[in-house]
Amino acid sequence: MFETSLFYLFAGVAIVASALVIGQRNPMYSIMLLITSFGALAALYIQLDAPFVAMAQIIVYAGAIMVLFLFVVMLLNAPQEDAAEWDRTHPLRRAGIGRFGAVLAGLLIVQLVWALVRLNDASTAVNARGDATAISSVRSVGRVLFTDYMFAFEATSILILVAMVGAVLLAARETSQ
Amino acid sequence: MIPLGHYLIVSAILFAIGTAGVFLRRNLITILLSIEIMLNAVNLTFVAFGRAQGTVDGQIITFFVMTVAAAEAAVGLAIVIALFRHRESLNPDAFTSLKW
Repeated sequence: MFETSLFYLFAGVAIVASALVIGQRNPMYSIMLLITSFGALAALYIQLDAPFVAMAQIIVYAGAIMVLFLFVVMLLNAPQEDAAEWDRTHPLRRAGIGRFGAVLAGLLIVQLVWALVRLNDASTAVNARGDATAISSVRSVGRVLFTDYMFAFEATSILILVAMVGAVLLAARETSQ
Repeated sequence: MIPLGHYLIVSAILFAIGTAGVFLRRNLITILLSIEIMLNAVNLTFVAFGRAQGTVDGQIITFFVMTVAAAEAAVGLAIVIALFRHRESLNPDAFTSLKW
């Protein structure tokens, strides 16, 4: 009972904070709300017997990626969206092709609901199968990561290197030579 | 105990919020934040399905998604900085050089 109410609490916090992220005009508030949402999701990961993912969520997402966003917002002194400009130029307010995206987004929701309804084991408890202590231990996660997923893990390091070089190259000022 | 379906519903709602953000907002930074919401919704699905199967594979794929998200945020924000330097704007409608 306690666990169920905790699930609904954190799921509610995650959904409300995410909805407010896209409702804010100031990007700074959006980032703070998104960090709240990530914290709530980390709590859900702990309930799913994945404490290592929860810590990575806090450290990597809330700690590194969101701080990167914060730096960029502060660095650019980012302008807020102008409400009148928004009303005038928004694609959803245009006729024709602008509404096509809205129709696709509506179709996506229909599709998600349909998939959830058709799912067979949706009502079985999520922790019915498997040993919770074996799944949640960092040892077992590390063993699978460094054996079965060895190639993907090494490929990830190339990806990070490429992203690092790309970010430096893109953001560097053009020198006049 | 909490059914698997509840986690999937939370994830579907978060993904829909992220999609709506990409479609509705006219600010490059908020659009990137909406993409992060969508990636997190998918992460929640992976961990929930992995737990339901009783394996750690769902958690491991989540790490890879996080890595890709970090790379995407770094490159995406670098592009935003470069664009802002040229146009002094974060509105995607301001960038029409490639429009025919």
